[in-house]
Amino acid sequence: MSASVFPSVAPGPSVRELANPSRRAAQAGWNVLWTGVTGLATLWIVLIVAIILGTIVIGGWRTVTPTFLLGNPENGMTEGGIFPAIFGTVLLVFLMIIAVLPVGVLAAVYLHEYARANSPVTRAVRFAVNNLAGVPSIVFGLFGLGFFIQFVGRGIDGALGQGVLFGQPAIVWAALTLALLNLPVVIVSTEEALRAVPRAAREGALALGATRWQTVWHVVLPQALPGVLTGAILSVSRGAGEVAPILFTGAAYYLPYLPTSLTDQFMELGYHVYVLATQSPNVEQTLPLLYGTVLVLLLLTFALNFTAIVVRARLRRRMGLRD
Amino acid sequence: MPAPPLLARSIDHGRRRVDRLAELAIAASALVTVTGIVLIFVFVFREALPVLFDRETRLEANLGMFFSPGSWQPVSDHPKYSFIPLLIGSLKATLIAVITAVPVAVLAALYTAEFAPRAIRELLKPVVEMLAGIPSVVLGFFALIVLATALQAITGSPTRLNAFNAGLALGFSIIPVVYSVSEDALRAVPSSYREASLALGASAWQTAVRVTLPAAWAGIFAAVMLGVGRAVGETMIVLMASGNAAITSWSAFDSIRTMSATIAAELAEVVVGSAHYSTLFFIGSLLFAITFVLNVAAGLMVERMRRRLAGA
Repeated sequence: MSASVFPSVAPGPSVRELANPSRRAAQAGWNVLWTGVTGLATLWIVLIVAIILGTIVIGGWRTVTPTFLLGNPENGMTEGGIFPAIFGTVLLVFLMIIAVLPVGVLAAVYLHEYARANSPVTRAVRFAVNNLAGVPSIVFGLFGLGFFIQFVGRGIDGALGQGVLFGQPAIVWAALTLALLNLPVVIVSTEEALRAVPRAAREGALALGATRWQTVWHVVLPQALPGVLTGAILSVSRGAGEVAPILFTGAAYYLPYLPTSLTDQFMELGYHVYVLATQSPNVEQTLPLLYGTVLVLLLLTFALNFTAIVVRARLRRRMGLRD
Repeated sequence: MPAPPLLARSIDHGRRRVDRLAELAIAASALVTVTGIVLIFVFVFREALPVLFDRETRLEANLGMFFSPGSWQPVSDHPKYSFIPLLIGSLKATLIAVITAVPVAVLAALYTAEFAPRAIRELLKPVVEMLAGIPSVVLGFFALIVLATALQAITGSPTRLNAFNAGLALGFSIIPVVYSVSEDALRAVPSSYREASLALGASAWQTAVRVTLPAAWAGIFAAVMLGVGRAVGETMIVLMASGNAAITSWSAFDSIRTMSATIAAELAEVVVGSAHYSTLFFIGSLLFAITFVLNVAAGLMVERMRRRLAGA
């Protein structure tokens, strides 16, 4: 049978358009206009990112040498390297991740595996997670000072009775402040990963006689590992870049030694950028150092973000979800 | 039925104890989130209490002074604590950020959700994530060193660091959140809406602008509120790029000092427990309250929109 018996019904112009060809042309014009305007907005965003990154790479790549990465600041921070800031940043996010990861993962397990979907407690936890994510970072800084240093730290000092040790800015308080700030990041991405674990995996484990926790620990969490890692990496990346929460909780303008104890202060990359940019005695002379420090900070956060994006994309593909 | 062998019973006993311990740890972790937000409120507000209730502190700084016109000069022989210049500063920076960033972000979201070819859509996502991943201190650095110079060359403004410079950079920092929440909202509109519109003979742009956009309105409004919340609370950008002068002026080309930047710039220097110290915590409590209300409202709007679209 030939196809011509059933003539194709490709969408033609509407009756209205047939009646008025200029209207059809007008429609096409509007389509182009809207695509153009929205496309330009998109292009603007791409341009912003390109200009910011381009400026920083061009201004900084010459400065970033091994001696810069491994050297100490010298001559009132107008020369030398940034090793103490890199070291402080790494130590800070390391302490932060130790604090935030177990709590965040277990809280996500609570939300997805243990809690009833709409109980008041679940709703309260979700409400808290959503709003914790919206608290301004400077308020976290105030909280770190008011709670960790003035309340907890002073409390410990009072109990020990041997002068001020914990009741002052220190790396442990800065790390705990950042941990609370990043709790939502870890919870949200862990929960997303838990959602991707098929129901059958849990049912299989339970049917074989595993307890609830054994199911979670031996079956569910291993499968959710990429999502947990994504959350961890994202929070490290954010932790490395946040300055406002550590302004009063432990970051130091300049230290001649590296932090070796939890109660030490520390130098940090983001704070170092702030200091070099605003407190330098000679801005022109410091500018190359400033660009170099910014570039190192950006490379660090982007490398982490990129890893997180790749891990998450693989996770989503496995779930068969669109990005 | 025979009893299970002794060994199995003790294994079972141990398993159950581990289970109970795990359950406790899990519940405790979930409660950390709730406790966290309560503690933040309690401890920020607690340090602010003296300006409300302590007689001696109130002689120097009190609510009446905060909200009456005047100047912000906390470090002088006769300290003055009027919030008005700071409120104007925050308002100006936020307004400029919203005006410059929201149209761009919403239009780009509309482009991605309605017009863009797949390849461009795939490309854009990492770009926006990159922008979101730039630490705010880096945006502050960019605004301070690069943007301010460029803007001064264009506008010829006598003050290099001003509200416009800070607001524009602040806008960069809220584009990702406004964009991604708007795009989520546009994508949540069921395709049956679009199909019905197209089937009735509407063109692509008519469908996008008159059907999809209105259907996603609540979500986009929520995106804007979240953006405003970010802009009000953002600290490092305004601290570095705004000039930090507490001036009562409505010009976009005067320097400003925002509430957030005031805390960041002054808290490290104050005496713990002084009137100035309590005042800064009071500003922090205000910031917390403003952003909290915006976030809750935005959450409710997204929730409502989702329910309405699911019912449709």
